Amino acid sequence: MADSDCVVIMGSNMAENHPVAFRWPMKAKVERGAKLIHVDPRFTRTSAMCDLYAPIRAGSDIAFLGGLVNYVLNSERWNSDPFFRTWVATYTNAATLISERFQDTEDLDGVFSGLMDYTGDVKEWPFNGFLGEYRNETWQYTGGGAEATGWTADTQRSGEQAVGTDRGEKKQPGKEALAKKAGAKGPPFDQLVRTLVPPPPERDDTLKDPRCVYQIVRRHFSRYTPEMVEQATGCPRETFLRIAETILENSGPERTTSFAYAVAWTQHTNGPQIIGCAALLQLLLGNFGRPGAGILALRGHASIQGSTDIPTLYHSIHGYMPHPSAMKDDDHESLAAWLAAETQATGFWSRTPAFMVSYLKSMYGGAATPENDFGYDWHPKIIGDHSHMAMFVAMNEGRVRGMFCIGQNPATSLNAKLERAAMRKLEWLVVKDNWIHETATFWKNAPEVKSGEVRPADIGTEVFFFPSSQVAEYDGSFTNTQRLLQWHFKAADPPGDCRTDPWFTWHLGLRLKKLYAGSKLARDQGFLNLVWNYASEDPADQRLGEPSMPKMLKEINGYYSADPARHIASANDLRDDGSTACASWIYCGVFPAPDDNRSAARQPDPPGVAGAQLGWGWAWPANRRIMYNRASADPQGRPWSERKQWVWWDEGKKRWVGLDTPDFPLDKPPTDKAKPGATGMDALPGTAAFIMKSDGVAWLYVPQGLVDGPLPVHYEPAESVVRNPLYRQQSSPVYKYWKVSGNPLASIGDPAFPYVITTYRLTEHYLAGAMSRWNPWLTALQPELFVELSPELAREKGIGNTDWVIVSSPRARVRAKALVTRRMRPLRINGQTVHQVGMPFHWGWEGLVTGDATNEMSALVGDPNVSIHEGKAFVCNVQKA
Amino acid sequence: MAEPMGFFTDTTVCIGCKACEVACKQWNQLPAAEGGQNTLSGDSYDNTRRLDGINWRHVRFVEQFDEARTEGRWLMMSDVCKHCVQAGCLEVCPTNAIIRTEFDTVVIQSDVCNGCKACIGACPFGVIEMNPVSKTAQKCTLCYDRLQAGLEPACSKACPTDSIHFGPIKELRQRAEQRVAQLHAGGEKRAFLYGADEKMLGGLNAFFLLVDRPEVYHLPPDPQLPSRNMPMAGLFSVLGALAAAVIALVNFRRRIE
Repeated sequence: MADSDCVVIMGSNMAENHPVAFRWPMKAKVERGAKLIHVDPRFTRTSAMCDLYAPIRAGSDIAFLGGLVNYVLNSERWNSDPFFRTWVATYTNAATLISERFQDTEDLDGVFSGLMDYTGDVKEWPFNGFLGEYRNETWQYTGGGAEATGWTADTQRSGEQAVGTDRGEKKQPGKEALAKKAGAKGPPFDQLVRTLVPPPPERDDTLKDPRCVYQIVRRHFSRYTPEMVEQATGCPRETFLRIAETILENSGPERTTSFAYAVAWTQHTNGPQIIGCAALLQLLLGNFGRPGAGILALRGHASIQGSTDIPTLYHSIHGYMPHPSAMKDDDHESLAAWLAAETQATGFWSRTPAFMVSYLKSMYGGAATPENDFGYDWHPKIIGDHSHMAMFVAMNEGRVRGMFCIGQNPATSLNAKLERAAMRKLEWLVVKDNWIHETATFWKNAPEVKSGEVRPADIGTEVFFFPSSQVAEYDGSFTNTQRLLQWHFKAADPPGDCRTDPWFTWHLGLRLKKLYAGSKLARDQGFLNLVWNYASEDPADQRLGEPSMPKMLKEINGYYSADPARHIASANDLRDDGSTACASWIYCGVFPAPDDNRSAARQPDPPGVAGAQLGWGWAWPANRRIMYNRASADPQGRPWSERKQWVWWDEGKKRWVGLDTPDFPLDKPPTDKAKPGATGMDALPGTAAFIMKSDGVAWLYVPQGLVDGPLPVHYEPAESVVRNPLYRQQSSPVYKYWKVSGNPLASIGDPAFPYVITTYRLTEHYLAGAMSRWNPWLTALQPELFVELSPELAREKGIGNTDWVIVSSPRARVRAKALVTRRMRPLRINGQTVHQVGMPFHWGWEGLVTGDATNEMSALVGDPNVSIHEGKAFVCNVQKA
Repeated sequence: MAEPMGFFTDTTVCIGCKACEVACKQWNQLPAAEGGQNTLSGDSYDNTRRLDGINWRHVRFVEQFDEARTEGRWLMMSDVCKHCVQAGCLEVCPTNAIIRTEFDTVVIQSDVCNGCKACIGACPFGVIEMNPVSKTAQKCTLCYDRLQAGLEPACSKACPTDSIHFGPIKELRQRAEQRVAQLHAGGEKRAFLYGADEKMLGGLNAFFLLVDRPEVYHLPPDPQLPSRNMPMAGLFSVLGALAAAVIALVNFRRRIE
């Protein structure tokens, strides 16, 4: 970001929630005159720092971004500067032709072709939480190209029932059969991968064919005019146009614009599509793989990036590989079937067999052999949607017996009363945290207990609390939002019985292994064979019973099966024959030798020298600081400009060189042609900068991978005060909603809930407050729950500053103090005045300062791709208490 | 004497995160107001409200929006003791508890302070107050203990956007002038330095870059030394006596109840 000429912050309140990272856009602004732009429902501390601020209605992000796309496509500059045309034609799928059967939202008034009819009650629908579903055959490339893999529609297949069994669908030939046909039982799997190579897609390099992606995109966004942006978002047209001009001016060969977002883009019923729309815009502008470009996801925790890399996500295993699933039938029946289903034969992912087998070796060590599919059958398989909302619904139905709650506080989380009702159905609950927070005391201090509605004596849940060490009390690594691993060192012993989370998990595993010892049951063999050798030789660890963190990092990095003392230095060295063990291929190289923990490296570049700070920490993959950086050079391999040079082809050395680790096969020349029928990178030309995509280009149009459409569409949130100004279809036809008692939704424009509400964090507190509401230095800075509202709304409702007010949604009512401020403003939407209010969600009933939980009001409704709830835009009423 | 050291606070890059307030409290082990259980002030995001004996850094928030929201600014400024070259507090302290250090900063020595409160009225910026724990007058020491150990003060160390610069005054003034010139060139003509030269109390060793009148930030436009401010000081004494009388009366009544 420090290299950006323009930074657009949208869906994020970066200055408040990422104050330390915010030093980089500020550096760009102060030292290099970069323009900062903030688009947000509220004027926040971020807006205060920006050159331009655009107010928008919460939940109208795609209308705004779509307007930018339309503006760019119709601008003189974009159509006359050859940079944009070359970039888009070479590095994106703009030229690819799409199936003739594809119908856009333009043709079907707001939905895509393939929407399956749904009539009747939600409960009757076979998919847990799904309202509807798309069949995506019509969205595909003509001629093939992007072979459907298990990367797509993971969540779609995560319902309670198997896919394609009950609905009279034509069943695709199973991957097990495919694997058998390829003769793939054990390694090597090269032949199997070869059978998966798709035919090349059809293209029109003139970009004139009406079926090419470029033309489809043009048509799709044509209705997102500045007038429509104003109507839908409430942002004045002039403000929108100034922002559009600023972004365009700061894109091109000499200049780059970056976007930063956070959970205010994700917590919607179409969050991934919002991000996708920004990606589409950035691709049109050539703002990827280049310094100061890209879309930066600002993570909400110190190591939340790490927790998706080495995932706490239920649907993936380490390194972004799909979790083996019992719902994929015989597609996941055996290792070979899984590989046939999940390997993308062209591009870098063709190495999936090496990554997967090495992962299984890291799990089961010597017990994993070619004969037993490297223990694939021992690996747990998912049997449903195990995401947060679905899990709590299942819990409420009595289908979950116990829960470990580590680093989370669901008692004050979405539709909190329902979550607490669910926890009352548990037999046992383990809470491991730094402080005894609301989830640990829901059985005695929750509002429904205090009110007498629920009696503690009637709650059967046995609650255990384990106190946790703080970060400065142990060694370990953080992976930050830039994918940068930084080792942190222990500064002091934890007090009393406080121990790390790895301590807890390690000892739990040791004890369970003991209990399973001697079992001959097939289902216990995985547990018995699990590699669990983390005993520390360090006396400081031994004293506290703590496991060895370096040993864990070593397993993640990888080692040679025959000589475990030898670490793996690069993911290129991983093999599919069991000779290598590596938990997460993307972290390969962070610990290349026993005495070389690169995440602990602290060597900055000398001042004044251009560089990528490669000696500071270690970024996955391969210590690469900008991904897809082949695109920082033109198709011939030359930097687009001296100002923005990053990685380029050195004709003398016949190698890719530059300031960063090149994200391309080092010796593959830019002039290299794709080899028909080949696998891996050989299947792609020397211009294929987007090496993780099967066709080597970035996708403007997404034929698969998203269950709610190949292009972003403005849909209203599940609860909205207005009708969709762009389409007849009000909301996403496929968002997830759990129709359970206590989870009602307001109808469109419901007069009982006339205002838009958005929720957020403040600098002074951390998330649900479990970490901050115990510290008087912090609580004094923001002691009480408040609701921000405009003076106009306050006048209308007779509310004075700091008055107590009741805020209500169809789910709940909470009490808060009014903070009346002109930073909030009424918007004109479709000719009607729309008021928005905002509430932080840091309070609960434990801690030094207490208050109602804002999340009592939110709903179990979310995105169909990733199951994130819609916490950033719903409806409410506000009354003086 | 070592080189004069101090702060240059560039309010245009302050994001109002209050890291300076917390870092100050942590390093100097200052208590939170009301044990952290105070009430919402309703004054923007400012719940600290003032500099005093337990708040040695204070971030002020000023919301400037017209009714139509065409013009809008949210000004933030981290306020602190100015460590004046001509320091009123030092002038009036009867016990010599207030000293000028080798860094040209002004420090109250708690163990010498007798709690007479003379300095409180003498400060034209309202920086000093009693610390209820030590029962002495207190204010920012510019982290005298850290400076002696060759460390920068806690607040500037914690500032994520470098709004608070710490360094030799000479250097800071240069940097500040460059920043003003940069802002002027970029169209922010309102930018100026407050207290960066000798005209204001011989120079403030903690000076500021502002983009509005000093009063907007609750800073006096023309601060005076107490010697020139006797009538005001007299008034303070009278008010102080009155306040003491009221408090005594209230306490007395409580006791009767």
